[in-house]
Amino acid sequence: MSTQRERLLDQYSARVYKNRKEHITQLEFGGEPDSIIANTRTVPGIMTARGCCYAGCKGVVVGPLKDVCVITHGPIGCAFYSWGTRRNRAKPGPDGKNFIPYSICTDMRSTDIVFGGEKKLQKAIDECMKIFDPKCIMICSTCPIGLIGDDVQAIAKINEQTYGITVIALSCEGYKGVSQSSGHHIANNGIMRHIIGTGDQKPEGKYTVNIMGEYNIGSDAWEEERILRRCGITVANVFTGDGAYATMKNAHLADLNVLMCHRSISYIAEMMKTKYGIDWVKVNFIGIGATCESLRMIGKYFNDAKLQERIEEVIADELETIRDDVEHYRLKLKGKTAGIFAGGSRSHHYQKLLEDFGVETVIAGYEFAHRDDYEGREVIPFIKPDADSKNIEEITVEADPEHFHQRYSPEEIEELNKQGVMVNYYDGMMREMKAGHVVVDDYNAFETDELIKKLRPDIFLSGLKDKYTILKDGCASRQIHSYDYSGPYAGFLGAVNFGHDITMTLYCAAWQFVKAPWEITPNLAGSLGGDN
Amino acid sequence: MLDMTPKEVVERKGATINPCKTCEPVGAMYCALGIHKCMPHSHGSQGCCSYHRTVLGRHFKEPAIATSSSFTEGASVFGGRSNLNTSVKNIFDIYNPDIIAVHTTCLSETIGDDVNSYLMDMKIPEGKKVIYASTPSYEGSHIQGFSNMMCAIINQLAVETPEKNSKVALFPGWVDPGDSRELKRLAAELGAEPMMLPDHDNSMDTPMTGRYEYYGEGGTRIPDIEQIGGSRALIAMGHIGSAEPASLMMKKFELPTELVPLPVGIAFTDRYIMALKGISGQEVPRELANERGRVVDLMLDSSQYTYQKKVAVYGDPDIVYGMTSLCLELGMIPKYVITGTPKREFETLITDLLNQYGVQEECIVKSDTDLFYMHQLIKNDPVDLLLGTSYGKYIAKAEDIPIVRMGFPVLDRYAGTIQPVVGYRGATRMIEKILEALMSRQDRDAADEDFECVM
Repeated sequence: MSTQRERLLDQYSARVYKNRKEHITQLEFGGEPDSIIANTRTVPGIMTARGCCYAGCKGVVVGPLKDVCVITHGPIGCAFYSWGTRRNRAKPGPDGKNFIPYSICTDMRSTDIVFGGEKKLQKAIDECMKIFDPKCIMICSTCPIGLIGDDVQAIAKINEQTYGITVIALSCEGYKGVSQSSGHHIANNGIMRHIIGTGDQKPEGKYTVNIMGEYNIGSDAWEEERILRRCGITVANVFTGDGAYATMKNAHLADLNVLMCHRSISYIAEMMKTKYGIDWVKVNFIGIGATCESLRMIGKYFNDAKLQERIEEVIADELETIRDDVEHYRLKLKGKTAGIFAGGSRSHHYQKLLEDFGVETVIAGYEFAHRDDYEGREVIPFIKPDADSKNIEEITVEADPEHFHQRYSPEEIEELNKQGVMVNYYDGMMREMKAGHVVVDDYNAFETDELIKKLRPDIFLSGLKDKYTILKDGCASRQIHSYDYSGPYAGFLGAVNFGHDITMTLYCAAWQFVKAPWEITPNLAGSLGGDN
Repeated sequence: MLDMTPKEVVERKGATINPCKTCEPVGAMYCALGIHKCMPHSHGSQGCCSYHRTVLGRHFKEPAIATSSSFTEGASVFGGRSNLNTSVKNIFDIYNPDIIAVHTTCLSETIGDDVNSYLMDMKIPEGKKVIYASTPSYEGSHIQGFSNMMCAIINQLAVETPEKNSKVALFPGWVDPGDSRELKRLAAELGAEPMMLPDHDNSMDTPMTGRYEYYGEGGTRIPDIEQIGGSRALIAMGHIGSAEPASLMMKKFELPTELVPLPVGIAFTDRYIMALKGISGQEVPRELANERGRVVDLMLDSSQYTYQKKVAVYGDPDIVYGMTSLCLELGMIPKYVITGTPKREFETLITDLLNQYGVQEECIVKSDTDLFYMHQLIKNDPVDLLLGTSYGKYIAKAEDIPIVRMGFPVLDRYAGTIQPVVGYRGATRMIEKILEALMSRQDRDAADEDFECVM
């Protein structure tokens, strides 16, 4: 019998089949580990969900920094689309500055393309200084900039001197790399090179952590912060949801990095390990069980009985608070199946949360993940770099003589790993799935539609571009990139919100009207006899 | 909210802040989605396509399909020919449209990709079509992109036709599906068989059936486009968005053409009705006259709540022109009338309209500007109402001003796109919304002793 995977792939032409077969896997858990190809070029014309390098750099990583003036250098479109559309919430810090509701762009015209846009960029920087007076400016280049050769790096340097502030040029032209992923990397490089380590204020608190790869969509970071604070752990920085240049400078003085999204910010986590000796722990605050497990990992990492005791108290209390609500939604959701297509860690994270409600995820995929996000980090040495990945700069950092400090020796870390504390390690999404489940890399509209028709999950969580397609297919859908304007979904309270939202979506009263009565009632012709 | 915006207006030459326009390609994409069984294709890096599909999806709450050439660095250096060839093959294989409408992006334009010659060399499957519009993002705005795709459709699909047909060609410009439907209905009421290009009715507001199809039943049919030169006449709506395709039609087919404003409000709807009447020679049906009469009745009944109220109207030029006219009909003062689209003509149109109504108040009319500027103007001299896209909501909150949403994009409200703003029905709808906003504000702000049950 052919598998669902084969039946899906068989519909492609030979050329497309050859490419896509490596990106779709139906898990077997046989002798060989299940494998997938990822982070390679999208097939042109296939209606991918992927975005571009700029979207990953400005849209994802640096956009949420609230006290940074981000100038999009290019024609107007990119700045327009990345304005107010990602739900990365922020409250102004002590300096009162919050640039989140602003979109700043050089709005390049034909003449700028022909004669160069440097002058206009300089004017834009001068105007930003005059109007906003920020401590940090970031310049995000869009497609034409790299082609016309504007020297944005030089402009950044000159302005750093002129204004005595930090100016970072991020050459994140849309065509670089194969997806948003390249943009994450470029943004990571910029933040590491120009921000982290430039401050000297140690964050206050007995145990201080940076939450990384958390963008505060629908206030997730604030729920995580609330729980950690209760446990006695201080969040020094969030990278980058509600993040601030002002405090990110001191990120290297925190005790531990806890990593949510393994894709978008792992570069900084790794570089901070090398440069400052700070370990990172892969956590997942999406899901009740996952949150408990993550808190316990942090407790074990710090190896403080009192902290661990406090963590257990908080867990018990939080579970008690949400117990009735969770049970209520669990009764409604148990036994349902789901599909998830998200960015670069959420398809893993949300399986845990769905599991809490008795929902099994039968389809999961990523837009821009790499193999290690699917298969675990041990696969990294075997990933062959290609022309596209080689184009993205890898920066090398060395141990900082002043600030390098390792809490544990490599042997101790190994011991922690054995105890289930994911220090400097991530085991990927696929291991936590079951045989027969379908995993898709760089999913596209055709595959989404076909998989829904073939596997008929009860609910499909994906992005905006898929949402209405899925709904029209008669399948419940919620956006898992933006949470459909709800949230938080993280932590304990977030889990309840999620349960509520999934239940609401599945049990929406309007589903009963999809078929009109005249479509389901037989059309009786003629009259009944014996009426006279 | 928007706490960083100072009251003092600083002249800016480098930075656009909080734009009131977007780029050309999305206009071309939206235009193409109004052709039956058409796949819009974005020739550039895949982020453009993703952004455009997303903003359209968010505005219409509908799937917005489109494909991308998915440029990488290599394609940007060596040109996008191979990416386009592969794309076209794959699109026909996988999504089986009747036509692919390619538009360029700032990337493919900057490297000078000759899409026209790529297409000439390409083998297109029998019975299928591929057309192409140049839409460099660094020129014009999304409105220009829409217009460029219109011209491409006319140039590349419409054929010389000796035979006249009975249809009246309608160019609505960038409107919502609810408007497409209403404009066609009005034409049919006047005995003019409409051939609308593009037609988003039932293409960007498809009904829920439980089974998704890539292409809705709606959209202009290719055979109709091919024969458009044989139409009885053409009514093109919108002096900014539809002027170029209209003049192209006149040049190409010498079609009797009337360029009218987008029929928003009474006066502009009257212009549309008179144009239709002129073509069909039919009397205005009683029911339609009653429809009009009822709106005028409504305006007179409620005029005390709109009289001399100051409004800031912002968004795309043609719809802003129409809405400004409606506001003037309601006795309001269009204090600030703003578009991001770089068309000076917009300023002339609006200024003429203000003069026509003898507006004494000093109003500021500006094209090629942004919402940051409009906000600063409001900080210096406030208004009673904002009328425009969702992006005005930041200003509405910052300055505590009611907002009525219209135009593109409206990202934060539902049910707008399936209903009209055009025609007498559209006018009724907009007036109701404006009244609701202004009167709710009056209620909210009233002291207990001033609170009215009857208004």
